[in-house]
Amino acid sequence: MAVEFEVNEREVWDGNYAASQALRQADVDVVVAYPITPSTPIVENYGSYVGNGYIDGEFIMVESEHAAMSGCIGASAAGGRVATATSSQGFALMVEVLYQASGMRLPIVLNVVNRALAAPLNVRGDHADMYLGRDSGWIQMGAFNAQEAYDLALCAFRIAENHSVRLPVMVHQDGFITSHTAQNVYPLSNEAAAKFVGVIDPVDDMLDFSRPVTYGAQTEEDWHFEHKAKQHKAIMDSKPVIDAIFAEFKEISGREYKRVETYDMEDADVCIIGLGTTVETARVAAKELRKEKGIKAGVLAIRCFRPFPYEEVREALEGVKSIAVTDRSSPGGAMGAFYNEVAGAMATSKARPMVTNYIYGLGGRDLSIENVKTILTEQQANVDAGYITTDLQQFTNLRGPHLGFFKTARS
Amino acid sequence: MAITSVKNLKEFSTTNDRFEGAHTLCPGCAHSMIVRELMNCTDDNLVVSANTGCLEVSTAVYPFTSWDTSWIHIGFENAATSVSAAQVMHKVRKKKGTLKDNDAPVKFVAFGGDGSTFDIGFQWLSGAFERQHDFTYICLDNENYANTGGQRSSATPIGATTSTSVAGTHSYGKKEKKKDIVAIMAAHGAPYVAQLAPNKWKLMAKGFQTALETEGPCFINTVSPCCTEWKFEPKDTMGITDLATDSLMFPLYEIHNGHELNILYRPKNIISAEEYLGAQGRYKHLFKPEYRHVIDKIQKDIDDNWAMLQRREEARI
Repeated sequence: MAVEFEVNEREVWDGNYAASQALRQADVDVVVAYPITPSTPIVENYGSYVGNGYIDGEFIMVESEHAAMSGCIGASAAGGRVATATSSQGFALMVEVLYQASGMRLPIVLNVVNRALAAPLNVRGDHADMYLGRDSGWIQMGAFNAQEAYDLALCAFRIAENHSVRLPVMVHQDGFITSHTAQNVYPLSNEAAAKFVGVIDPVDDMLDFSRPVTYGAQTEEDWHFEHKAKQHKAIMDSKPVIDAIFAEFKEISGREYKRVETYDMEDADVCIIGLGTTVETARVAAKELRKEKGIKAGVLAIRCFRPFPYEEVREALEGVKSIAVTDRSSPGGAMGAFYNEVAGAMATSKARPMVTNYIYGLGGRDLSIENVKTILTEQQANVDAGYITTDLQQFTNLRGPHLGFFKTARS
Repeated sequence: MAITSVKNLKEFSTTNDRFEGAHTLCPGCAHSMIVRELMNCTDDNLVVSANTGCLEVSTAVYPFTSWDTSWIHIGFENAATSVSAAQVMHKVRKKKGTLKDNDAPVKFVAFGGDGSTFDIGFQWLSGAFERQHDFTYICLDNENYANTGGQRSSATPIGATTSTSVAGTHSYGKKEKKKDIVAIMAAHGAPYVAQLAPNKWKLMAKGFQTALETEGPCFINTVSPCCTEWKFEPKDTMGITDLATDSLMFPLYEIHNGHELNILYRPKNIISAEEYLGAQGRYKHLFKPEYRHVIDKIQKDIDDNWAMLQRREEARI
């Protein structure tokens, strides 16, 4: 039996510590991991819980992130609860096996502490790694602060292990800003967390020898398409399950999560869309702009990046006239991926609002309240003019001359 | 019935199959013989993993499977990792009492071809051995990437022509020596490593059983002649294996705890390398006068290696 780890009603935890406490309370059986800045403390902490008897699991420190996810797959197929953490280059090295984990429908939880991808080498937070995983078939949820990193990690096990979902889940938090900043966190009691997360009921357990299973079969043109379609349907159909688990979590914690979060959106003419720590900055900027300039500004945050909440985004943006979508990843010759999702959703709306794209914060570059105000003010200028007055895609808070691309026909 | 008590091949042929015959390996491929022997040499439950390769693509093509046991394949390189992590999960779940049958004995086995073992999966293999997981890794060594059309691997011997070490007017084929994987794995401090061959099936069964019963990571390199890429008739697989072991191109030996070496098979009549090479199309070009020196080199390497193995056995170091 594990030694009881005492938690207070209020703790001062950073995002990494918060995530590791969720792993402890979820009684994760096996963590297979490789260290990388800034996510290392999550798995280090799990290792220390094992070392001090606070958990009856095993920590396998392997020789690479590829092996870490490979081990997670083997351990998960062996029927227990599995989690790990990574960032950036480590995430990139995992990519081959991320697709294998989702294709085998294994309920692994991966805490991703978002960090830029090299080159140039950079250890700070942006969303390049998160975007790299966007077609991998994993559910991807974003935490904007340490509390959310804890809460969503607990919810992630429930979602992943739900028998109608059976998909791996990533919980993202911003490198350093969330992962290394100590904040007030209100954890559940150990009992309440254990009760909420429950015990895993494995499907296709490799250690149930009364029913042998073959994992990782080959399918060619005769069956591959059907398998991938079924997998896509599973992630698209996971939305009500996620909503139900968020609702259940609210019952026990008082904290409400939605796949799309809205702030000051009731009467908004303009809005900024983002995720991660940017959301809190944007909320302050929108409020101040309302007071200072009377601009009816709102903020929309994407909690659930995959499955992407197209309907909810469209509904939440009804009545908004100009929308700034922010992408914290170098788009590599296109509009930002996040922009494309939102623009796709809004192309099906009656009002067809203006949608613009802002690339920001690469490699941990700060996005200030003033930067957000500028972005929102530009949206108001679009509303006033009746057309997009700027380049469709702009770089925000970049050194040197203005960088923008793709003029609209009316400008 | 496990193979332990099997006296002869006739009896062996009627042992239970946890590896079914319905697979798409080439006729004459030695992989299935080796795998079947492993699967039948224990009555314990088995969790088997496989790297991508001939074995994997031929035995689990949806909606069919040849594996009447738990089986997992992820990628080209990570069978050692997946099965060793499953072994750790077994340990945790046994302790917590969450297994379907908590007392059932289980063994963990990984299969890889020489490409995935010597080359692309080497890091994963080395890592799993360093971590001392309790599992057995079996390399099905056919000395090339047979699944993708016969490219050279670091297990391909000097002089062989492959699709990426092509023999011709200006080349005698592969220039580099085969990597000594058995020595490398022994150097990991593994409790048991061996090189075995399916023609000596009783020795192979005994080696497999030793590996499965030994706690910790065990490695076995098995010679698996490949009629498709070595270029011989499918009916000749065992004959070619006999030439491989009797020419000492594939000496059969085991190493306990990294240094206690035992030679497992001493041919009564050692045949020449020339006889072994001459039976396979992949070495045909070596018999041109200009490449005679390659055959001489191969023979010298075999002699040196055999002398070294005997000295190590005698010295117990």
